[in-house]
Amino acid sequence: MDDIAIRVENISKSYRIGTAPERYRTLRDSITNAGRHILAARHLAARLSAGRSDLARSPDPSSHSTIWALKDVSFDVRRGQVLGIVGRNGAGKSTLLKILSRVTEPSTGQAEIHGRVGSLLEVGTGFHPELTGRENIYLNGAILGMKRVEIERKFDEIVEFSEVGQFIDTPVKRYSSGMYLRLAFAVAAHLEPEILVVDEVLAVGDAEFQRKCLGKMSDVAQAGRTVLFVSHNMSAILRLTEETLVLEKGRLAYRAATPEAVDYYMAAGFSDAGERLWQASEVPADAAPFQPLALRVRDPKGRVVDTARSTEPLSIEVEYRLDQPITGLRVGIYLLTMRGEYVFTSFDTDDPGKFEQHSTRPAGHYVSRCTLPANWLNEGRYVLAVNASAFHVKRYFWDDHALAFNVDATGAPGKHWPEPRLGPVRPALDWMIETL
Amino acid sequence: MDSIIFLRPTRGLAALNLRDLWVYRELVYFLMWRDLKVRYKQTLLGASWAILQPVVQMVIFTLLFGGVANLSSEGVPYPVFNFTALLPWGLFSKALSDAGRALVNNRNMITKVYFPRLVIPVSSVLAGLVDFAIAFGVLVLIIIYYHFAPGANFDFHFTPALLTLPLFLILALVSALGFSLWLSAMNVIYRDVGHVLPFLTQIWFFITPIVYSSSEISSKWQWLYALNPMTGVIEGFRWAILGTQSTPALLLIISTLVAVVVLISGLFYFRRMERSFADEI
Repeated sequence: MDDIAIRVENISKSYRIGTAPERYRTLRDSITNAGRHILAARHLAARLSAGRSDLARSPDPSSHSTIWALKDVSFDVRRGQVLGIVGRNGAGKSTLLKILSRVTEPSTGQAEIHGRVGSLLEVGTGFHPELTGRENIYLNGAILGMKRVEIERKFDEIVEFSEVGQFIDTPVKRYSSGMYLRLAFAVAAHLEPEILVVDEVLAVGDAEFQRKCLGKMSDVAQAGRTVLFVSHNMSAILRLTEETLVLEKGRLAYRAATPEAVDYYMAAGFSDAGERLWQASEVPADAAPFQPLALRVRDPKGRVVDTARSTEPLSIEVEYRLDQPITGLRVGIYLLTMRGEYVFTSFDTDDPGKFEQHSTRPAGHYVSRCTLPANWLNEGRYVLAVNASAFHVKRYFWDDHALAFNVDATGAPGKHWPEPRLGPVRPALDWMIETL
Repeated sequence: MDSIIFLRPTRGLAALNLRDLWVYRELVYFLMWRDLKVRYKQTLLGASWAILQPVVQMVIFTLLFGGVANLSSEGVPYPVFNFTALLPWGLFSKALSDAGRALVNNRNMITKVYFPRLVIPVSSVLAGLVDFAIAFGVLVLIIIYYHFAPGANFDFHFTPALLTLPLFLILALVSALGFSLWLSAMNVIYRDVGHVLPFLTQIWFFITPIVYSSSEISSKWQWLYALNPMTGVIEGFRWAILGTQSTPALLLIISTLVAVVVLISGLFYFRRMERSFADEI
């Protein structure tokens, strides 16, 4: 009996990070390295002749500049299963998918894949701006491993799904980004592999398009094919998958039925202090010159709290440092439910006057603070995400999982009925009751 | 039952796995076709560049080497002598410069999707065949012109040797692919290759009998000279088309051997480096 689609055994993947990551390896480096290797080999030979046999087999165990993007990950996926994979940025999700879709090899360990793998790691791979939509369908299809007859057979379906119809013979450089994306997804979605690997494609595109993509994915799943689905969108994960893996720092931290795994993921890694501090080493290098320092939730008395009261206003502050001036910077927060649904998004320069006033923020130490009114949030646990960006220029920093806090609804409207209220907000509305 | 793919770290010399390349042969075709379609987009003269480039080269060499330096062209009009060599040389030098950069230029594909990486240099080398075919048409016209031109003192004859021409074309492709595999895989890891390529091509041009004849080289050193497989290719072309000199047998044997060794070693080197392409590129 063999109904396994994917079996992963102790897969690890290490990356070398040089002291200067921007540089390519040059011949000179290799020559000096070769010299070092010769010395190392002599050393080894000396140890061998001394009768020692405890040689490390790993490529370069002493190297301090090796990071493990994945470490000893094992799991298997049944044929026809839809498996979710969640984890924070840098947890190893993308590396795992790259290994499973054969883009890169594992450093150690092995995996078995039963059947053709189609990956939607990034749609539109190999699209050429100068070629027309029609030509790109053929090219992209071939890159994804489709046969020419297969593409011909599905051509009309792809065009229809993409809704680019009349522009099919226009070079894609003249497409809007929405059209481009729809066409790219349409090709990938018609690949019909036995195993479909999907990464974050749903993060782009408008709501209607996202709905369509999710629909296509459930079709794939219903046709009995195996799907691996990576997303930050917990509601999509909950809707589409039965079981979910949680990756943390390259390790498989948890595997369970999706609702439990999502709860675990959303709750994991949060301190209960109502405060999140960032060490310089936790912040990606490309965030510079923006350096996040802290995110805090405070009650009206200014105390940092883990549990805020629904009946009181609460303030949220982001503390950060700019090492150089940034023009057009906006620092903002997202509030999410534990299911990963967005409640709202707000930036410190949403007010045009403020944006004008802070058009260029000089280097320095800042706090951006906002206040959520009383009688606003329902009881429950919420997640805060932080975003610092300049619109259409650069996203300096993004942590979609920065801090979680509780809201206690004691004294809130309707609390005299001991029942949970649906929805993330619990406003105190001014009801009128009239007799007619 | 569908096939099982095993993913594990490969060590040592990897198997060539050429079957995979065969499965993806349509991708080779599509990439060639993409390169050709895109190459002359937004150019004023379009595909006529494929004719203009070798013709202009030939005119310059004729003036410089045939006229000023007065190099021997073995009794054939210098333009014919030179253009016959420029055909396979064009194929080869274009392959070196295109295929050498091809992997890096297709970085986004390599880091996102699996396909046999060999597809990229192979399609890049084969795309040169189209330019070759166009330039070949020009050569036919040049030959016809000199055949009928009064006072050119050149008569073209159909000889059985002409039938061997496809073999020399294959030898040119084998050489081009062999060196391209080495250079493209090295370029992923050492970007120095990109800087070296222009010089390399230039030096190679002069150690290959393009503007002169290999008979200028003393017979004592012919074997050394033939280590450059393009020597065999070009003398083969001249022998097959123009019927110059006797069969360059020694040259051909040495050149063919070198070309085959470079191709096979290039395949193994490429396969060995391939596993780290997605991480290093």
